[in-house]
Amino acid sequence: MILSGLLNTLSVRGAGVPFLATGDGTFWLPVRATEAAGTVDNLFYFIFWISLFFFTLLMALLAIFAVRYRRRREGEEPEPSPSHNLAVEVVWTAIPVLLVAAIFWFGFQAYVDMSTPPLDSYQIQVTGQKWKWTFTYPNGYVDELLHVPADRPVQLVMTSQDVIHSLSIPAFRIKRDLVPGRYSKAWFTAVRPGDYDIYCAEYCGTQHSSMLSTVKVLPPEEFDAWLLAHSDILSGLTPVEGGERVYNVLGCKQCHSLDGAAGVGPTFRDLFGSERPLKGGGRVLVDENYVSSSVLDPQSQIVQGFEPVMPTFKGRIKDQEITALIAFLKSLSGHAPRDEAPAAAGAGTP
Amino acid sequence: MSTQDATAAPPAAGSENYLNCSHGFRSWFFTLDHKRIGVMYLASILSFFLLGGILALLIRTELLTPTRTLMSADDYNKVFTLHGAIMIFLFIIPGIPAALGNFVLPLMLGAKDVALPRLNLASYHLYLVGALIAVLSIVQGGVDAGWTFYAPYSTTTNTAVVTLTFGVFVLGFSSVFTGLNFIVTMHKMRPAGMGWFDMPLMLWALYATSIIQVLATPILGITMVLLIVERVMGIGIFDPALGGDPVLYQHFFWFYSHPAVYIMILPAMGIISEVVSVFSRKHIFGYRAIAYSSIAIAAFSFLVWGHHMFTSGQSELMNMIFSALTFSVSIPSAVKMFNWLSTMYKGSIRFDTPMIYALSFMFLFGIGGLTGLFLGSLATDVHLHDTYFVVAHFHYVMFGGTVIAFLAGLHYWWPKMFGRMYDEKWGRISAIVISVGFNITFFTQFVMGSQGMPRRYYAYVDKFEPYHVISSFGSYLMAAGFFMTAWYLVKSLYRGRPAPVNPWGGGSMEWQAASPPVVHNFTDEPVGGDPYDYANQAYDPALGGYVLRKTEVSDR
Repeated sequence: MILSGLLNTLSVRGAGVPFLATGDGTFWLPVRATEAAGTVDNLFYFIFWISLFFFTLLMALLAIFAVRYRRRREGEEPEPSPSHNLAVEVVWTAIPVLLVAAIFWFGFQAYVDMSTPPLDSYQIQVTGQKWKWTFTYPNGYVDELLHVPADRPVQLVMTSQDVIHSLSIPAFRIKRDLVPGRYSKAWFTAVRPGDYDIYCAEYCGTQHSSMLSTVKVLPPEEFDAWLLAHSDILSGLTPVEGGERVYNVLGCKQCHSLDGAAGVGPTFRDLFGSERPLKGGGRVLVDENYVSSSVLDPQSQIVQGFEPVMPTFKGRIKDQEITALIAFLKSLSGHAPRDEAPAAAGAGTP
Repeated sequence: MSTQDATAAPPAAGSENYLNCSHGFRSWFFTLDHKRIGVMYLASILSFFLLGGILALLIRTELLTPTRTLMSADDYNKVFTLHGAIMIFLFIIPGIPAALGNFVLPLMLGAKDVALPRLNLASYHLYLVGALIAVLSIVQGGVDAGWTFYAPYSTTTNTAVVTLTFGVFVLGFSSVFTGLNFIVTMHKMRPAGMGWFDMPLMLWALYATSIIQVLATPILGITMVLLIVERVMGIGIFDPALGGDPVLYQHFFWFYSHPAVYIMILPAMGIISEVVSVFSRKHIFGYRAIAYSSIAIAAFSFLVWGHHMFTSGQSELMNMIFSALTFSVSIPSAVKMFNWLSTMYKGSIRFDTPMIYALSFMFLFGIGGLTGLFLGSLATDVHLHDTYFVVAHFHYVMFGGTVIAFLAGLHYWWPKMFGRMYDEKWGRISAIVISVGFNITFFTQFVMGSQGMPRRYYAYVDKFEPYHVISSFGSYLMAAGFFMTAWYLVKSLYRGRPAPVNPWGGGSMEWQAASPPVVHNFTDEPVGGDPYDYANQAYDPALGGYVLRKTEVSDR
């Protein structure tokens, strides 16, 4: 009963006003940029003050005994004193038991909170590989820096492509291993806009110490604007350049070559404007409509010699991006009418 | 030969003892004498301590600047891997039990030797074979997997992982042999009249250590074999690309390696129990509590391995259980601290070098133990895991604890081992220099760790530079202390004053053997009794040591 009362009084959970709000770092701990950081730091200092108190007490006794009971001349014998005292020994066993029980409990409670993301968390996929971080947003946008909105729970769903890595953000007080073949999760609510370090905390080879990134906490409205602006991967590019970017970023290049060699899918060279036989009979002219339907509904018309394995890009690609991709395809094809100057046809006709 | 009363007079110069009874390489390399085996172990582990220490200085020097100072990132990764592997497997684990323990255990029992002298020799030979294989990995270009060999990095890196892990596998057998031998010796060779609770606490500590060595080391052996099988034959055990599970590796590894840290610290605690009592000239306080706490630590040590994996993705429930069990292991350690302190109360404390080291141990182990609370607690561990905070905690416990206690034991038994006294003044100065250097080196690492500095980083963010510079400076100071120690200890072998039988007034039976002991340890049957009862000894200024009072009384 006394213990539970004590726990309530000292509760480091969110119920009361935390001792340490988010804010600047201290001698021991870095800047606090999440809600949970304050909780962790309270616990850190709770353990710290207990430890310092007992350490000082023990070392003071050590020093006092060392001075007071020093041997003053050789051959001096001490006065007899007891070598055993059950009551004392029980007390000095019981007190640490109670204290570590309290520390365990606070640590566990805070950990449970840190392990339980709210259901409406904003999800970002994280991929670790030697030696870079990749952050993928719900709309498919990929970045090497982590941008997150402030005041909104964010969940990271993480995996590794090679060896174990560990995502560490000291300012958020979170750390989680990325294990190949598994998904691991971490979540936080950042409350302090700013830039904070991301480290890889699990040794992963030569460039382990260069596997760094930055988390940029933005005010919520700025975050939305940022994502909108950066997801527009065509910004500032000509249609052909934009199409090439789409080709690289959205993964077309995994299956469709530019050099005329058939891969999992047909090559893009000299594709546009050509007529192709379809699986199951008939022919199709590769025009704007066919490209568009192949991206959005790839199973509908399969060219002979290929398997229906392409996933749909419906919802992952914007209309302007398809338009740009068409421009890119035209630039690669000798069958296509040249609308404009062939200046951008870098990979163009021989 | 020996004098009539070995308990009263030092051996005459030139008298026969285990060191000079025979000569030549074979007389040492194939000896069955536990004392010679102990001395060979001592020479070997100190050589590896020197090598591991040089690697540590290379690490600290590289970290003086945030980018390249001395070496490439790949070389740095190999250096910290070898520093860890050599210090752990070739120095600390065999350090106290196989070197000091081998020497003193039979003497403390009043016995002629360990129960199985040939197994003892085999243990040393296996140690040498394992050590040579481990060193071979350096010749093959080194290993960069970290001493923990986490898969799948260790199963995919193109460095000499197989050689080093095979060396570790062989070393494991050496460790098991020593542990088994000690258990049998303590069961079968206690003299008549010495019950379990009449043993010196050093023996309780060695007993607890041996249990862990025998039970846990095979797991490490199996894990290393699985790692080798995966690398050599491509059988998927740990690498997910082959269908394995990398987290399973961590469970296997820590199932041994957590108990292993108690293989390292328990015998250290045994030494402190001896030294604090002898130099306070007072009966150890709470003998049974200390004895039981050694066994309790050995038992709990098997149940806490998961606390190395709080961020690995193991379930929250397991994290909770391991966190709770981890705290349980802190209690017996705390009890020992209180007992040592109470032993000093109303004592008559002498500050010779071993006692300086024992006090230093209590200071450093106190910090090492208390910082463990931050790591046992789940929420704080997530922040501190894999940072320099862990590096600092580990070094406070393993260096501030085990190595400092090893030095206490080395200085305590040095007169017995080699029959010479070292220069006391330089002993004390070095002890203080090492302790101060240690604190400068590693206390700084607590701060940078809790500020977020990850471990095993070749390059680092600029804001950590001041901490690293201070830490490196401390390591050079520590190195200076060790070179001083090496110098006066070696000098003592040639120029040291001959040691009396019992220079410190120790009550356990090794202090009744000559310094150095004769081949069969005792010329007269040693007198048994409470090892912490000092009332039957008297200081003899002519000898510079203590003599048994009983002899005098019976003469009158």
